[in-house]
Amino acid sequence: MDSLQYLLLLFISTVLINNFVLIQFLGICPFLGVSRYVETAFSMGLAATFVMTMTAFATYFINTFILEALNLEFLRYMSFIIVIASLVQFVEMFIKKVSPVLYKALGIYLPLITTNCAIMGMALLIPMNDYNFIESIIFGFGAGVGFTLAIVLIAGLREEAQYGDVPRDLKGMPITLILAGLMALAFMGFAGLAVV
Amino acid sequence: MDSIFLYAFLSMGVLAAFLAAGLGFASRTFYVEKDPRVEEANEILPGANCGACGYAGCENFAEAVVRGETPVTSCPVGGDEVAEKLAELLGAEAETAEKEIARLLCKGGRQETAKNASYQGIESCVAASAIGLAEKKCSYSCLGFGDCEEVCPFDAITMNDNGLPVVHDDKCTACNKCVEKCPHDLFVLGPASGQNHIRCSSHDPGKVVRKICEVGCIACTQCVRVCPVDAIEMQDNLAVLDYDKCINCGLCAEKCPVNTIDFYGEKITEIEITEDCIGCTKCAQECPVDAITGEAKERHEIDREKCIKCGICYNVCPVDAVDKDTSRD
Repeated sequence: MDSLQYLLLLFISTVLINNFVLIQFLGICPFLGVSRYVETAFSMGLAATFVMTMTAFATYFINTFILEALNLEFLRYMSFIIVIASLVQFVEMFIKKVSPVLYKALGIYLPLITTNCAIMGMALLIPMNDYNFIESIIFGFGAGVGFTLAIVLIAGLREEAQYGDVPRDLKGMPITLILAGLMALAFMGFAGLAVV
Repeated sequence: MDSIFLYAFLSMGVLAAFLAAGLGFASRTFYVEKDPRVEEANEILPGANCGACGYAGCENFAEAVVRGETPVTSCPVGGDEVAEKLAELLGAEAETAEKEIARLLCKGGRQETAKNASYQGIESCVAASAIGLAEKKCSYSCLGFGDCEEVCPFDAITMNDNGLPVVHDDKCTACNKCVEKCPHDLFVLGPASGQNHIRCSSHDPGKVVRKICEVGCIACTQCVRVCPVDAIEMQDNLAVLDYDKCINCGLCAEKCPVNTIDFYGEKITEIEITEDCIGCTKCAQECPVDAITGEAKERHEIDREKCIKCGICYNVCPVDAVDKDTSRD
């Protein structure tokens, strides 16, 4: 029961308190690039969540059974990068086959998940925090959910701001950055939830 | 030492091989058939990705053109040449689209327009317009810092000595960048065949314009009245030309008392109906000043007193029985 509670807390803390985008400032490029419409933002979030969970799964095994077992920790970056790149490729092919519309909407940002620092950051945080297998999966999934939450929220705000009475010089990207900053400030408030 | 090297080599090799096999399998399972014509169409396009066609890039345009969503002629940069090649590829007829060119709607350079103040700030039209006070007294006029020259990706705009941009027709691709950039909205896209341009954007009353600019539209409405095809309309103290209606007769430019209207075409000096006339009465019906008379099936006559030499009869005659002499004004 204790461990279940702990896992739930880990999940909430990854989604809200340590939100990847708004608190740790990882994965900013798709956060600003694909957040024009809620629908595409949500799809992007789903794709990122999928890749993150799979990456957490894969990197945990690679880290524990290959890198640490063979004393090859220095190859962490390299092995993680190829795993992430292959997973993104796989997701890209999958989406292209299943939903060409979604494939088009995500555009260049789909392959860019490869170099998305949120995913690489997540993969590197797992060995750093010494998470076990279940924790890694929860952490990866939570990171993805947090990313989805942030990107969908800002997309909603941007849809509103598009028709809002925004001063001329702030239209477009500037007001988006201001909104993102305010959202980050608001998310800082979740730090109060931290147990420890 | 050696063992670490070996392990690293082997483990990464196995990992890479495993992932490569997985991807290879996936690329077969999820293979998507693609229309090969999209690739070919993309090859034909200029590849500038300028977005002038309304699509995000040349590839999106290629897809749309293959699907038949947009005509082959809608790439303004590639022009007729690209349209023809695309038509050949897709087996469709190329209708040549009218090429468009950016037109400047201001004539008030340093010499013509009175100055208000001396601006000593960032040398940019956008910056200068942001402070709200223009250097020239006319608040609609060209600011003259050449933002349009800078933004033009095709070097089609240069600033002349008078501080006004000059559009080079042969280089302009109607990409719309200058139209969007100009803070005073002084550019419009007009057809390349257009020879008449009302070069003023001032909505000030005529009295005010007269004092501050030698060549500004004073809203005298003479051009509106003389235009045989009602292509000019007064909009809030400014004569505005509808390029779709204009027949390039040059009458408005002739009438304009302040020389706001530029005319580059050829003015008709002499016009008459020849013996080839079959008396279809079409010209008599179209003549805006009722200068043509004649019975049906007989040769028609032009009344020289009434004729304004607009050339409509020349354009409508089905048997080319109207002769005209032209001269460059």
